[in-house]
Amino acid sequence: MAESKDEAPARPDWLPAGCEMLADGAYDAIIMGTGLKEAVISGLLSTKGMKVLHVDRNSWYGGDCASLNLTNLYGKFRAGADPPPSLGHPTRDYNVDLIPKFIMACGNLVKMLLLTKVTRYLEFKNVDGSYVYKQGKILKVPATPDEALRSSLMGLFEKRRFRKFLIWISNYEEDKPATYEGLDLKVLSMRQVYEHYGLDENTQSFIGHAMALQRDETYLNLPALDAVKSIQLYCYSLERYGKSPYIYPMYGLGGLPEGFSRLCAVHGGTFMLQCPVEEILFDGEGKAWGIKATIDGVPQVAKAPIVVGDPSYFPKEKVRCYGRVVRSICILDHPIPNTADAESTQIIIPGRQVGRTEDIYVCMVSFSHNVAAAGKYIAIASTTVETADPISELAPAFEMIGPVLERFDAVSEAFEPVGSGAADSCYVSASYDATSHFETTSQDILDLYERITGSKLSLEINADTTEADD
Amino acid sequence: MSRVCHFKLVLLGDTAVGKSCLVVRFVRNEFFEFQEPTIGAAFLTQTVGLDDATVKFEIWDTAGQERYRSLAPMYYRGAAAAIVVYDVTNKDSFNGAKSWVKELQRRGDPNVVIALAGNKADLEGRRQVHFEEAHAYAEENGIIHMETSAKSALNVKSIFVEIAKRLPKAGAQPEREAFPIMPPRRDKKAGGCC
Ligand SMILES: Cc1cc2nc3c(=O)[nH]c(=O)nc-3n(C[C@H](O)[C@H](O)[C@H](O)COP(=O)(O)OP(=O)(O)OC[C@H]3O[C@@H](n4cnc5c(N)ncnc54)[C@H](O)[C@@H]3O)c2cc1C
Ligand SMILES: Nc1nc2c(ncn2[C@@H]2O[C@H](COP(=O)(O)OP(=O)(O)O)[C@@H](O)[C@H]2O)c(=O)[nH]1
Ligand SMILES: [Mg+2]
Repeated sequence: MAESKDEAPARPDWLPAGCEMLADGAYDAIIMGTGLKEAVISGLLSTKGMKVLHVDRNSWYGGDCASLNLTNLYGKFRAGADPPPSLGHPTRDYNVDLIPKFIMACGNLVKMLLLTKVTRYLEFKNVDGSYVYKQGKILKVPATPDEALRSSLMGLFEKRRFRKFLIWISNYEEDKPATYEGLDLKVLSMRQVYEHYGLDENTQSFIGHAMALQRDETYLNLPALDAVKSIQLYCYSLERYGKSPYIYPMYGLGGLPEGFSRLCAVHGGTFMLQCPVEEILFDGEGKAWGIKATIDGVPQVAKAPIVVGDPSYFPKEKVRCYGRVVRSICILDHPIPNTADAESTQIIIPGRQVGRTEDIYVCMVSFSHNVAAAGKYIAIASTTVETADPISELAPAFEMIGPVLERFDAVSEAFEPVGSGAADSCYVSASYDATSHFETTSQDILDLYERITGSKLSLEINADTTEADD
Repeated sequence: MSRVCHFKLVLLGDTAVGKSCLVVRFVRNEFFEFQEPTIGAAFLTQTVGLDDATVKFEIWDTAGQERYRSLAPMYYRGAAAAIVVYDVTNKDSFNGAKSWVKELQRRGDPNVVIALAGNKADLEGRRQVHFEEAHAYAEENGIIHMETSAKSALNVKSIFVEIAKRLPKAGAQPEREAFPIMPPRRDKKAGGCC
């Protein structure tokens, strides 16, 4: 890769003595890490016409949100041990997500996929069911007025009240006061809205956690508009494909960063995996201007006015730890009990149901999405750590999941950037949180995009952007 | 008319051997000496008519990700066929092609149909790779081999036709539950999704 000095073209004056150029040397943006957030950003910047260098220290795409085969999974969690042959083919049968999440069918990530047409590289399947835990039982989340009437989640009168609430939700339009039915959502809190419909605490709990996807109870005292919009998103997403509001890509979530990376490459981006970035280079004013990596013993440098990356690539004073997330990957030879044998499902355990603050999430996928060998299921339980014994915090999830063939536990620190990037040209993404969907991830991407480009990303989808082929 | 069968085909090979030019020649019957390689193309499609069926290729170009060997699993996944390209005027690119064949056998579908294309055959005077040497390698490995020129169009169509003939067209393609995401319809009520 490093050309001999005598045939090298004139050395640019920015290149430090003793260093060669990394790839093409000068770029408009350098992106470090190929996690989903970085991949979406690199795809978006490159389609804007910027020249992008995208590097990753690993030999695979996806960073923290890669999907691993058995060999890599064992390499990561059980160094030295080989996967047992009974589980299936070590490199072909499995794509195990490190960060479990489902995609809301009408959420912002889908808008980004449509906007960039990365949809053309991927295929999806609906997730079979969405469940919520209540007093020791797993119950399907009703999200249509009809389903609500059949649900065993509520008593008869509560069902009627809930149905009325859902009908109001589905008619509500922010720009049509006639649909408000007298409720001003910019003023009223969500608690007041619940009270208006006479909904009891149990119903509030599953609406708030399983439909509005709130992680704790703070939303109850905030203006209701955001929560109402979240419930609408849930209902519209559910309407779109029928079984649940979630979709999930065939072969695992790793396809998402791969797809956005391809988008970037197609628009001229340079990709280097296995690039051992050792240093971010700063000028006298503390602004990042490039990166350095030593490859085959030759120090190489690339420069760009924008340096983007996940927290693991930046000096530790650029990030702060905002919490810890515990995740446990379970390989099963049975679906999760009491989910109607769903081949993919999400279960939310509202924190309050099990005496804690943060909700526990369980995402299960299987052979039906080509992420496990035939007859095998992968359930991942996760939550935000609250105690000194994180694994035990997942006990209610383990109880629900039943016997496991293998279990891999991980506690990871979650980081967020200290600065916006304006002062130091370091645009750092936040670590992935414990939520089981991409809504917070998408928000972080939008935020990162705005910090980098100074303008908001419009997610308006033109309904005419239908695919031309076939 | 005959049945239409869809297949994903991927291009592999070192940088600058002419992969993108081969695709553009095949799909658009054009050749530009200095065309921006690959820019903007997600994938291209082109059909080949055979006696018993029509084969529609969905062609994936490397988009430059071959430069540092950074092709994603997605690229290989579901590829029914691959054209591994080398440049007949560049010996290194032939060695490169052999390693791309290995990579494909490791990462791709076990039944993938492979064709080896010795491109830039119009540059006879600068030849470094002999037809016989490459042909012997291809026969040993049971893969198609032809010398091509994106510039003169030599064998470009033929190599795709040869691949089309070898692809399994028997049996209806299995019913699929998976779907591509489509943009929402416009008639969706206001305030609705997306
Ligand atoms: C080597 C190469 C050379 C090219 N040369 C030219 C050129 O000289 N002039 C030109 O106009 N375009 C050329 N293209 C295609 C071009 O880069 C764009 O992809 C195309 O103009 C569509 O751009 P878009 O953003 O409007 O739509 P896109 O979002 O890129 O594509 C819209 C739809 O068209 C399909 N599509 C994309 N590109 C093509 C294509 N090339 N052929 C058939 N279907 C396609 C996509 O799958 C999609 O369904 C070339 C592509 C390649 C790979
Ligand atoms: N003479 C000749 N030049 C070719 C041929 N095919 C491609 N080229 C040239 O080789 C260079 C690289 O081609 P390109 O398609 O971009 O290669 P890729 O990197 O493999 O996609 C370009 O300058 C082309 O003009 C060919 O058949 N004959
Ligand atoms: Mg090319």
